[in-house]
Amino acid sequence: MIETTFTPVSAAIGGAMIGTATVMLLALRGNVFGATGILAGVLNPLSSGDWAWRVAILAGLITGPVAYLLVMGRMPAVEVPVPLWMVLAGGFLGGVGVTFGSGCTSGHGICGLARGARRSIAATATFMISTGITVYVVRHIVGVA
Amino acid sequence: MQLVFMYLAGLLFGLGISVSGMVNPAKTLNFFDVAGSWDASLAIVMVTALGVTAVGYRLVLRRRRPLFAPQFQLPTARVIDARLLGGAALFGVGWGLSGFCPGASLPALGTGQPVVLAFTAALIAGMMAARWVSRLNLRKRAAETA
Repeated sequence: MIETTFTPVSAAIGGAMIGTATVMLLALRGNVFGATGILAGVLNPLSSGDWAWRVAILAGLITGPVAYLLVMGRMPAVEVPVPLWMVLAGGFLGGVGVTFGSGCTSGHGICGLARGARRSIAATATFMISTGITVYVVRHIVGVA
Repeated sequence: MQLVFMYLAGLLFGLGISVSGMVNPAKTLNFFDVAGSWDASLAIVMVTALGVTAVGYRLVLRRRRPLFAPQFQLPTARVIDARLLGGAALFGVGWGLSGFCPGASLPALGTGQPVVLAFTAALIAGMMAARWVSRLNLRKRAAETA
């Protein structure tokens, strides 16, 4: 486990940026901002007109840390406190989960909750609980990381 | 022109993930570790993002249509079923194991760390496997009803 400090101010500024970006997408193109949906649409485009805007968003997402580097003079920290097999297993299970669950933290947790969508409320409650249980089991029962 | 705005929306989201610290799996995992090294930052990120989105969505949805498209494309599904809840539960297990969720891992790719690439490859593999299984089930159901 790696200790991190509570950073309420940068959390609020970053959160407001995330919220503004999701509102931008609805105002401009009429879509919800789900990272899963955007990635799935890049991999499996529904139609040719549906592909380019998702690629543009993906390019923006990936260059986010570069913009941070330009402003702050350093890359944001990415520290992974778990072994590689857990990263890979987590990625695979997460990929299956977001496909069956139709979304993730951004699509359900932000856009869906903001719309008051009952499916998103149910999904967010479910994954927040299962994430918490998983972290508890990993850290306090198995003691891997 | 539309693509420039789309890029900027992605950039703002990716910058927000970076500024908030949610790009860092150590930080998101610590939010869930109430019994250990608790860091409440994720709650602040969620609440502010949610607040801005809820107000912004309400204002935007008063308009008849978005700027660059003929209509809004909001999800229409209403049913809370085992597929939704099972998928969400599984996603949580994946998030809890790795500390990455898709919204944070896509911006994290920009830091150039190989571990993020490994996560993303596994994520895509999982998405493709799930699509493949769903398609098999659809075909089986079609064969049964035929």
